[in-house]
Amino acid sequence: MGGKGQLVGGLMFLIAAASAPLLPDWVISLATIAFANALVVLGLVVLWRVGLVSFGQALYYCIGAYTVALTARWTGFNDAFGLVLMGGLAAGLMAILIGFLLARYREIFFAMLSLALSMILYGVLVKTESLGSTDGFAVTTPTFLGFAPHAQALGRALYWLTLGVDAVAAVLIAGYFRSVSGSLAAPIRDNEIRVEFLGVSVTNIIHTKVAVAGVLGGFGGALAALAIGHVDPNMAYWTTSGGFVFVTILAGAGSVAAAFVGSLVFEAVRSFAVDVMPGLWQMTLGSVLLLTILFLPDGLGSLMVRLRRRGETKATRAGS
Amino acid sequence: MLTASAILTDGLVYAAYLFIVAIGLTLIFGVMKILNVTHGSFYAFGAYGAATAVGIYSNADWPAAAGFLFMILLAMTIGLVMGVVLERGLLRLVYGKDEVVIVLVTYATFLILEDVIVLIWGPQSYAAYQPMVAAGNIEIGELVLSNYDIVLVAIAAALAGIAYWALKFTRYGRLLTTVIFDRETAAAFGVNVTLVYTATFIVGAMLGALGGAVMAPKIAVTLGIGVEVIVLAFAVVAIGGMGSIEGALVGALIVGICRAAAVHLVPQIELFVIYGVMALVLVVRPYGLFVRAQPRKI
Repeated sequence: MGGKGQLVGGLMFLIAAASAPLLPDWVISLATIAFANALVVLGLVVLWRVGLVSFGQALYYCIGAYTVALTARWTGFNDAFGLVLMGGLAAGLMAILIGFLLARYREIFFAMLSLALSMILYGVLVKTESLGSTDGFAVTTPTFLGFAPHAQALGRALYWLTLGVDAVAAVLIAGYFRSVSGSLAAPIRDNEIRVEFLGVSVTNIIHTKVAVAGVLGGFGGALAALAIGHVDPNMAYWTTSGGFVFVTILAGAGSVAAAFVGSLVFEAVRSFAVDVMPGLWQMTLGSVLLLTILFLPDGLGSLMVRLRRRGETKATRAGS
Repeated sequence: MLTASAILTDGLVYAAYLFIVAIGLTLIFGVMKILNVTHGSFYAFGAYGAATAVGIYSNADWPAAAGFLFMILLAMTIGLVMGVVLERGLLRLVYGKDEVVIVLVTYATFLILEDVIVLIWGPQSYAAYQPMVAAGNIEIGELVLSNYDIVLVAIAAALAGIAYWALKFTRYGRLLTTVIFDRETAAAFGVNVTLVYTATFIVGAMLGALGGAVMAPKIAVTLGIGVEVIVLAFAVVAIGGMGSIEGALVGALIVGICRAAAVHLVPQIELFVIYGVMALVLVVRPYGLFVRAQPRKI
C-alpha cells in the first residue's frame, strides 16, 4: 500500500469515527465487534503472509478478554484504556512464551499445535467453577479516564476506542510489512532455507510474527469483552479460531485494509444470515469459504487488485 | 486397587474408541497428506445413521445380534457414499494445492455437513442405548463391566490386526506403502495413484462412520458430536505421529489411560490432560512418537 492507499485508509477511519452519532445503536454495536475482531484477523494476516495458519488464535483472544474481565472483577480497576492495554500485553506475553515452542513448526503442525494450546485454555476455563464454568461471567461497565458514560454514550465511546486501537494497529502493521523482517514474508513462504542462507534467522522472524499476532489477538479480545459485556470459555474454542481463519482467507493477505473490510462484511452477513435463515448459517459459511478457495485463492482483496490492474491497462491503451 | 483396575479398564475402553476414530484420520493423512476435518462429519453421520438403524430395529422384532450388525452396516454404507462423493466431487479438484489450503477445504465441507445433519435428522437428539442394554454386564471381582465395552475393545484390536496384516501382507497394502513412501516414483512404476487415493479416502470415511456407529449406543447422539471428536482424534494422531497406524494405537492408549486417570483422581483436569500430554509429547518429539523428522529440501 503506497502513500495514496494510506490517505484513503485514514479518510475511511475518520468517516467511520465521525459518522458514529448518526448511526443507529445496532450498527454501532455490530461495527464495534467487527472492528475488534478485525485485529485478530490482522494478526492472522501477518502469519498467513509466511504461509502459516493458526487454528488456535482464539487463545490470545480469550486471554485478552479474560484479563480485562478478571482485572476489573478482582481489583475494581475499570478504566477502559488501562484494561485494553493490559489485555493486549497479557496475550503478547503468552505469545512470546509459546513462540519459543511454536516457531519450530510449519504448515499443519503449526496449525495443530496452536489448536491444542487454545484447547488447553478452554479445558481449564470450562472446569473452573469459580469463573462461571461454561457460562462465563459478566464484565463490569468500564469508565474512560474518570468519565462513566451510560447506555448509548457507552456504546459510542467503546466504538471510538476500538477505532482508535485499530488505527494505531493499522499504521504499525503497514509499517511492519514494509520493514525488512516484514518483506521477507514472501521469500520465507517460497523457500525458507534460501532465506537462512542470506544470514537471517527464519525462526526469529516467525517468533516475532507469532508475538505480533498474539498482541493483536489480545487487543481484539479485550475490546470484544468490553463491547459484549460478558466473557465465556467459548472464546477459546477452536470454532472461534475457525471463524477468524475464515475471515482471513476471505479477505486475503494482500493488504491491511482487507482485514477490516473483511471483518465488517463478515459480521454484517452473519447478522443478516442468522436473521433470514437461522438453520443454514454454517452451510452458508462453508459454501462461501469453499467458493473463495476454488475461485479467488488470494481472497476478496485480490479482486480489487485485479480490477485496478484492468483499469490501468485500459488507461495505458487509451494513452498510446 | 479398585481405582487402579478401574483406571486401566476405563482407559482401555476409551483408548479403543479413540483408536477406531483416529485410524481413519491417520490413514488418510499417511497416504494423501490431507488433514481431514470432514472426519468429524463421517463420525457424526455414522452415529446418526446408527441411531436411525436402532430406531428401526427396536420397532421390528429382530434378534439382538442382527440389530447390531444392521446398525454397523447402515453406518458404513453412509460412510462409503460420503467418501465417494467427497473424493470424486471435491477433493479431486484441489489435490495440487497447499496442505493448509486443503485443510481449509475439508473444514468448509465440515461446516456444510453440520447443517446437512440438521436438515436430515432435525435439531433434536437421539438415544440408541438398546444394543448396550441388550449386551448386559459382566462382573469380574469387584468390577462391573459392560459386555458392550468388551466388544468395543475387541473391534479396536481386530482393526489394528487387520490394518497391520493388510499393509504388510497384501498386494494392495504393499502398493499403498509405495505411494506413502514416494507418490511420484510409485506413479512412474505404474501404480494407479488416483485409484489408491480414492480407495484410501473411502476406507477412511467408512472407518470414521464405524467409529460413530459403535459409539452411538454409549452417548446421546446430538448436534456438535463431530466437533468434539475431530479435535480429540487430532490430538491422538499428533501424539503418535501423523500417518502412522502404530502411532495411532499408542497415542490412543496414552490419551485413554491419562484421561481415565484424570477422571478418577483429579476430575478438574480431564480436558486439560489430553492436550497437555499432546503438547508435552510434541515438545520432545516434534513430529510425534512414530515419525522421524524429514530432511528439509532446498
